[in-house]
Amino acid sequence: MIAELGLAALWLAAALAFLQMAAGALALRAGPDSEIARLTRPGAVVQGALALVSFAALLYVFAVTDLSVALVAANSHSLKPWIYKVSGAWGNHEGSMLLWVTVMALAGGLIALVERRLPERTMQATLAAQGFVALGFYAFLLLSSNPFARLEPAAREGLGLNPLLQDIGLALHPPTLYLGYVGLSVAFSFAVGALLTRQVTPDFARVMRPWVLGAWIFLTLGITAGSYWAYYELGWGGWWFWDPVENASLMPWLAATALLHSVSVLASRDALRVWTIMLGVVAFSMSMVGTFLVRSGILTSVHAFAVDPERGSFILALLAIYIGGALLLFALRAATISEGERFSVASREGALVFNNVMLSGILAIVLLGTLYPLLTEAFGVRVSVGPPYFNPVSAIFAIPMFAVMAVGPLLRWRRDRWGRIGKQLALIAALLLAGLVLISMIGGIALLPLLGLAFALALGVASFLPLRGRRLARTPLATWGMVIAHFGIAVSLFGMASESAFSTERLAALEIGQATTVGPWQVELAAVGPQAGPNWTALAGQMVARYDGGNPVEIVPMARSFWAPPQQTSESVLVTRWNGQLYAVLGDAAEGGRWQVRLWWKPFVTFIWYGGGLIALGGMLSLIGRVAGDLKRRRVRRRARQRREDAEVPA
Amino acid sequence: MNWRLWLPLTAFVAFLAIAAYSMSQPKDDFVRSEMVGEPLPYFSLPPAAEGQPGVSSTDFADGKPRLLNIWASWCLPCIAEAPQLAELERQGAEIVGVAIRDKPEDIAAFLAEHGNPYTSIGRDDLSEVQLGIGSSGVPETFVIDGKGVITYQHIGDIRESDVPLLLEQLREAGA
Repeated sequence: MIAELGLAALWLAAALAFLQMAAGALALRAGPDSEIARLTRPGAVVQGALALVSFAALLYVFAVTDLSVALVAANSHSLKPWIYKVSGAWGNHEGSMLLWVTVMALAGGLIALVERRLPERTMQATLAAQGFVALGFYAFLLLSSNPFARLEPAAREGLGLNPLLQDIGLALHPPTLYLGYVGLSVAFSFAVGALLTRQVTPDFARVMRPWVLGAWIFLTLGITAGSYWAYYELGWGGWWFWDPVENASLMPWLAATALLHSVSVLASRDALRVWTIMLGVVAFSMSMVGTFLVRSGILTSVHAFAVDPERGSFILALLAIYIGGALLLFALRAATISEGERFSVASREGALVFNNVMLSGILAIVLLGTLYPLLTEAFGVRVSVGPPYFNPVSAIFAIPMFAVMAVGPLLRWRRDRWGRIGKQLALIAALLLAGLVLISMIGGIALLPLLGLAFALALGVASFLPLRGRRLARTPLATWGMVIAHFGIAVSLFGMASESAFSTERLAALEIGQATTVGPWQVELAAVGPQAGPNWTALAGQMVARYDGGNPVEIVPMARSFWAPPQQTSESVLVTRWNGQLYAVLGDAAEGGRWQVRLWWKPFVTFIWYGGGLIALGGMLSLIGRVAGDLKRRRVRRRARQRREDAEVPA
Repeated sequence: MNWRLWLPLTAFVAFLAIAAYSMSQPKDDFVRSEMVGEPLPYFSLPPAAEGQPGVSSTDFADGKPRLLNIWASWCLPCIAEAPQLAELERQGAEIVGVAIRDKPEDIAAFLAEHGNPYTSIGRDDLSEVQLGIGSSGVPETFVIDGKGVITYQHIGDIRESDVPLLLEQLREAGA
């Protein structure tokens, strides 16, 4: 009954998405005050509510493990911990698509309810675009991936959730990325709406900015969490593999980062109109392209997702319609949008444009590297593209970008002189040089990690320079956000460079009672024994680790066996100190009663994710600052209008 | 009209074309070697055990066709193909083994349990020879003719039905 209710709500939501699209499109001709035009906002709100009902129904059938629903039977199990039962609702293709469309419909409903700053005509065009995008996803769900399909007769027991996914980080990872993608879809709809009505104004940028910021925060968190998950769950000791699935999440982030900065230029200076619109389209395109690459299985990836050629074709068709349509509209319309205000090279805008180009460059090389195997395969040649390509080639763009990132926020808008910030420039250059010289004296460090460490040092200090001469208590939240996010980049960069420069690895076959060393650690294998969990059994290695002969730390890395479905995972153990992590994995039994043990000492590796957290925190501060500012302006405007009306009464 | 504004659309259409083309192709997980028809690259591998001969590319160009078997003691399909290798040896094929990322004691244990069809075994600890001849997995078997040229690649374990096929390839390589 609940499943049927969910399905009915989904059909109704799809019908409303169609209504919203049709009414919004007709309103372009009929005018913003026509009867038909007035349907768009309520249509969007009700569509959001219905999608929410549908998703709630899905959560319910997963929470009670209703095994007569095919999706539950295929992805859940009555013995699973409750939290993973619920998160199982979106841990599969159908459920995750429903989550996506639900969040998208809610976002559409929200802008329909509260957004009053844009001309009504642009708003209706935006909602029409939003309805159009949502309609494609509804069609996808209803025609080829119905999450509520029944199983006749009901299954006796579910087939379980992939044990690799039975992890709290991963329960939250896909929704986080989806929230990011959806935010970008809203930005996309605004861009299409503005193209349709040719109204690309600072107001438009202010309306779009919180959505871009929000999307960017979630993408940052999603990538950070995903990278940490791969690091500790896969047991390979690496944190980024340039795998197609990782690239699929990185590309929208790069585009969103560029968009975030160009939106700011448009909002404060009314420049970069066409460029911002294009980035708005590209950012969402990247999230769709990413989804397509992951779900269609045309690229081979260690993340091996649910792969289905039919779904792949469906996403490709959606992609062709949305992105092809938007880019065609862009090509036809953008020429009629004027470029906006001018600025000189030595200005805040100049630096932002430079970094926008660098970000787009990184985006292009990641996209090219990810698609290159596809391209050559069409000509019958198999290749795989990995770190030897991505690391140096992305560094070509990233290093000048870090330099400009350190300097850009010190410049004034529109026009500035280098001489005015001469002292700060000299400080940054001196730090960079000192870093390069001092660190290269340690010896044995490759060029890229060396550059990374030096730039991290210079950027870390430079990111705080914009606060100089300001009264800290009166500095706007958005400025704090920028400072913290840029500092986060430096912290993350330091972690990455340090991990690749100073990591040590030890692979040893130990007898019980034997010890080995890795970096400053001594690790002794005390015992190996069985251990049982709620739905797994494991071989657990008892180890005693000492840092530099200090206090012993007991660690228990495990090789876990799950039984539904049967699968083995390695539970690595991490010992975190302020200056790095010990990473221990228990391997197979070797002959002679010995056990394979793999140990890494990774100095400052945690800074990669601390940095990611700081970047997201900066984004959040900025978002709070912007939204609070918007609300304040709104109150002021309303009061002014009231006063005007009051004044008109006696006259 | 500004031609630059059409660039994103052009790039996107190119992406669509490639993606649609790859979707329409059947998925082929075999990676065929580019080296078939080419002479073996130069290499010289240490022996699998003390006192036995190693494997060098110069061993091949002596007029006699041979099988070059890429295997490893840690590889399960290699156990499955052991009887077929023994059968090939019985029928007169000369088989040279290259053990990938392996240890001498493990190799010895494997040969003791599953038999030794090889005239010599080299240890390729870094997969250099494997990559050099265009093999992407274990096991794979190559036919090398008397001039040291790779004439045939068999991907995956050798099944019973593959034995006559490989013998035929060997005979052709010798002709």
